[in-house]
Amino acid sequence: MADTTALLVTRITTRERIRAVLGSDLVYSFLRSRVTIAAAMVTAIIVIAALLAPLIAPHDPYDLRQLSLLDSHNPPAWLSGGDMRFLLGTDDQGRDVFSTILYGSRQSIAIGVMATLFAGMLGISLGLIAGYTGGTVDAVIMRAADIQSTFPAILIAMLIDGTSRALFGEQRNEQIVFWVMVLSIGLSFWVQYARTVRGSTLVEKNKDYVLAARLIGIAPVKILFRHVLPNVVGPVLVIATINLALAIITEATLSFLGLGLPSTQPSLGTLIQIGQKYLFAGEWWIAIFPGITLAALVLAVNLLGDWLRDALNPKLR
Amino acid sequence: MSVMTSAAPPLASEAARPLVEVKNLGRVFDVSKPWLNRLTEGLPRRLLTAAAEVTFSINKRETFALVGESGSGKSTVAKMVVGLIAPTTGEVIIDGVSMSDRRHDADRRRLRRRIQMVFQDPYASLNPRWRALDIVAEPLRAFGIAQSEAETAKQVGELLRLVGLDPADGTKYPHEFSGGQRQRIAIARALACNPEFIVCDEPTSALDVSVQAQILNLMRDLQDRFGLTYLFISHNLAVVRHMANRIGVMYLGRLVEVAPAREMFAKPKHPYTRMLLDAVPDLDLTGRKRKPVEGEVPNPVDPPPGCPFHPRCPFANERCRVEMPQPILTGGATVRCHAVEEGRI
Repeated sequence: MADTTALLVTRITTRERIRAVLGSDLVYSFLRSRVTIAAAMVTAIIVIAALLAPLIAPHDPYDLRQLSLLDSHNPPAWLSGGDMRFLLGTDDQGRDVFSTILYGSRQSIAIGVMATLFAGMLGISLGLIAGYTGGTVDAVIMRAADIQSTFPAILIAMLIDGTSRALFGEQRNEQIVFWVMVLSIGLSFWVQYARTVRGSTLVEKNKDYVLAARLIGIAPVKILFRHVLPNVVGPVLVIATINLALAIITEATLSFLGLGLPSTQPSLGTLIQIGQKYLFAGEWWIAIFPGITLAALVLAVNLLGDWLRDALNPKLR
Repeated sequence: MSVMTSAAPPLASEAARPLVEVKNLGRVFDVSKPWLNRLTEGLPRRLLTAAAEVTFSINKRETFALVGESGSGKSTVAKMVVGLIAPTTGEVIIDGVSMSDRRHDADRRRLRRRIQMVFQDPYASLNPRWRALDIVAEPLRAFGIAQSEAETAKQVGELLRLVGLDPADGTKYPHEFSGGQRQRIAIARALACNPEFIVCDEPTSALDVSVQAQILNLMRDLQDRFGLTYLFISHNLAVVRHMANRIGVMYLGRLVEVAPAREMFAKPKHPYTRMLLDAVPDLDLTGRKRKPVEGEVPNPVDPPPGCPFHPRCPFANERCRVEMPQPILTGGATVRCHAVEEGRI
């Protein structure tokens, strides 16, 4: 008795878990697709570089003491007139473009991830509640989703941004701007999660394992999160990955339109916006390099999302 | 066996009151189209009577079986008995406590521990994302039966061994088990909170024939061992004959005949029961001609007037077409049939 008891108490060990992950179909399909591996590498490089920006960036674009207007409008180092200190050239304030890209990706990725998490949590919770409760609650939530989806995401984001300007005044501090962006992008993406989760919840809630849990008096909230949620998150992961790319793009769009992060704390979108003013003056590097980074990041994340969708779809195996 | 030590009280006191009393139980489902469609298309409400006037009682340590074709309302009755569906009419009384009476909330919560259910499809009744030991441990944790995690693990191990599984397999997920093994896990879960009354909703109909007998025998062993009371839902008469002390035959939501198992198989009274028994394959090879079941179950949204069985009944007369027969007692059986009442058959 004693030995079997011990065996039952032991939870799955870390080593077993790693072995299970390495042997899974997901890893197999990942290793078979070269495009996916490349996409994962590009994503990893940009994300790691962004995370380590304070360590690897040659200049701190936020430190005004390091900036000199004499260094402004320098072309990339390999062109005539280039300066070896500024690998990808400098912008109109004399900031190193390479360093601002590193710090800008940091902002873009942070907003994208936070917005996706926010949209995911909101959408999953509302979808679970709508699907499980049904009736009036379901109708109210889903009609709200319908109305929400008739507005373009960018319009909702602009609306919230405008409201926050009215609330906090034009001189909003950077912390507030960050969370306003997260809120406005998150609020425009929850509908897809809610619809997907609601659909799966409608199927799962009538399965007998939910009835068995209800029979022993488990509370509805506990049933939702411990029984139903693990069985509906699969599709949500795919949506979340693709939405991450969308959120980064939306943030860039808003920043490009001047609604997003200020030029003192630029994201990739802000950098492109700054650069486009000088594009026709021949100073293409200020806009083009952040643009390439944004395109590479979004494309790579999108490819990862596509792979995940196919890999998790049993019909395509 | 520390899990199961508190067996049912001695037999002497049990004759006094049946453990489960079902009185005049009925359930109507609204299957109308949405309100807006009804308004624009001028459609009336459509009500489906899944069960009506169902009355029976189950004594302690007895197995009562409900049989009937698909759509006869067996599962609806089962779900009302355990409290998963609220009845429209009537009530379920378990050990003297009415399940629909708001005043007995505390009593009902205590009762919940004593009632369990084994579901039809073991592929749907176990959460695919949970390991077997967590599935079996859920009632233990929910009712706070085990004091510690070690105690829970010990009891789960005992339960798994009890239903003939290796406790070491507890770390596996449901998809790693066969159908029969899954149903054993479901039975272990049902036994976890030490119940007295288990509702079995076609527990073997999703299993291979070879596995069915093993599960049925396991259930009978457990019944003898712990003094369990079963409400056994099935459409399989051979299974029912093996398991039940008494049988209720359902047709279109109503009980048409309730009789002790032996009597029903020896002398079926209601024409519908006769029809069902005539259709059972003859394993003794007596050469008796088998009559297939004739006709179809009518739509329960629009049941025929009078006796609901009259369109398929060879003995139906004018009275059967207009008047609903009431239950009458003949011999040991309760039957709803004008022909039996009038002595025509």
